Amino acid sequence: MIFEGKIWIFGDNIDTDAIIAARYLSTVDPQELAKHLMEDIRPDFPGLVKKGDIIVAGSNFGCGSSREHAPLAIKGAGVSCVIARSFARIFYRNSINIGLPILECPDDLTGLVDGKDVLQVNLEQGLITHAASSRTFKAAPFPPFMQDLINRGGLVEYVMSRLQGQV
Amino acid sequence: MVEKILAAKAGKENVSPGDLVNVEVDLALGNDITAPVAIKEFERFGLDKVFDPEKIVLVPDHFTPNKDIAAAEQAMVLRNFARDYGIKHYYEVGRMGIEHALLPEQGLVRPGMVIIGADSHTCTYGAIGAFATGVGSTDLAAAMAIGEAWFRVPSTMRFIYEGELPRWIGGKDLVLLTIGKIGVDGARYRAMEFCGPAIENLSMDGRLTMANMAIEAGGKCGYVQPDEITFKYLEGRVNQPYQAVYSDRDATYEETYTFDVSELEPQIAFPPSPDNVRPVSEASGIELQQVVIGSCTNGRIEDLREAAAVIKGRKVHPGVRLLVIPATQQIYRQAMDEGLLAAFIDAEAAVSTPTCGPCLGGHMGILASGEKALATTNRNFVGRMGHPESEVYLSGPAVAAASAVAGRIVHPGEVIS
Ligand code: SF4
Repeated sequence: MIFEGKIWIFGDNIDTDAIIAARYLSTVDPQELAKHLMEDIRPDFPGLVKKGDIIVAGSNFGCGSSREHAPLAIKGAGVSCVIARSFARIFYRNSINIGLPILECPDDLTGLVDGKDVLQVNLEQGLITHAASSRTFKAAPFPPFMQDLINRGGLVEYVMSRLQGQV
Repeated sequence: MVEKILAAKAGKENVSPGDLVNVEVDLALGNDITAPVAIKEFERFGLDKVFDPEKIVLVPDHFTPNKDIAAAEQAMVLRNFARDYGIKHYYEVGRMGIEHALLPEQGLVRPGMVIIGADSHTCTYGAIGAFATGVGSTDLAAAMAIGEAWFRVPSTMRFIYEGELPRWIGGKDLVLLTIGKIGVDGARYRAMEFCGPAIENLSMDGRLTMANMAIEAGGKCGYVQPDEITFKYLEGRVNQPYQAVYSDRDATYEETYTFDVSELEPQIAFPPSPDNVRPVSEASGIELQQVVIGSCTNGRIEDLREAAAVIKGRKVHPGVRLLVIPATQQIYRQAMDEGLLAAFIDAEAAVSTPTCGPCLGGHMGILASGEKALATTNRNFVGRMGHPESEVYLSGPAVAAASAVAGRIVHPGEVIS
């Protein structure tokens, strides 16, 4: 899978409350949740983010509660991929399970230009390319099993294919 | 140990850290908050049965006895699902307990098992030598359908505790010390092995407290290798056969920390984070309005004994509300038989039926703005027990009981002598 998208940059320890505040948890509709994505830390963000964009963050992205609403809100906004130095464990699982591609990249990408620079991401190879300068960054490649989950749309779809004997 | 358990359940010769494996799940757990979401997902599969009705555990413990109409509806989803799908291990109010205290007590946890739970403190069962970890609701739905879960095999950090524990020091102090040292993401993605002389002499209740809080260091799981204390605990609870799994003598650890605990002071986590840990001597003088003794971390019989030993014959400070919440019905009953409840009630504490209640700011002891509480629970984030401007300090049961008497955070020795 290859994505190309404009980047939005966030810092370290972005918790699930910042991604989607608890007061919006009464729905699980990704589009509804997306209307409030990152609202508490960046109120204009829901209006800025476009389909295909990429979120770039520091370490421990998605820490805090185990709410699945956080990756759902990101997916609902059409974000193609999240790249962070590291992710909190349950956020990582939940993202894969709902079919949101995420990549861990130890390189510091926060020097890029927020809302302007474009990155190209090759999920299989874990290769990130800065479109303008052709600079490349290396992330941990995405294992085939996880790619399969993402391609199918998530864990529920994967289990359905299993139940229908297609895997 | 974790690598060996995961390899066995994945049907592989061996696995290494970083590998992705699909493993058989021996037990899948949900509660009244997470299971209704999982049940909704599960219904999308259109199945008329779960993979194994004996391997699913449903416990309504967070907002029960139902705190309001929404909670009652959630609990009903669980109850109906358990009935319709013949779930064997469903625990109704009056027969229940806080999930992570209940499962080991009921003999559902055995060494070598793979256990997932849609609750972050599922890591508690590592104390019995199982691989146990918290997952999301979608994972629970998938496990209920096909009895499997995927994992990235974690690397392991080793924590060695040397020396003999001083009086009033227990598992809670050891784990707080550890989290304070490595931080809330110090063990992210990794397994935490607790070992050394102080662990070999630590009771099962103390070990359960330690494994419970592995998640507060970001750990995937925390465990103690099975030994005589484990087997003794399992006697009479577990009748199925089990295969204990141990770390190899030459196992590789990503990091090793060694603590000498022979002079350890009781540890306190200051708000707003469980890694903000200081010895009790640096906390004395902090005035309290509420003290909570309970939760999946410290609501077991030994915790109540420890607290009752401090409080017996004394009174709770007039400015303090002391809430005591035995973690399960069995613990409640035993505390009654041992006269512990009488000691608490005579001291003018409120004793409640088992529930998570105040631990997550759900009900039964919510804090008002500006109030300070000391709790034997596991999280003290902003607003965890109520108003965003209230504060929660964390400690073991002896310090909690002593502080309830003193009206401020104190060392138990200060109240006893
Ligand atoms: S007692 Fe607290 S930490 Fe434990 S399961 Fe209940 S809410 Fe979670």
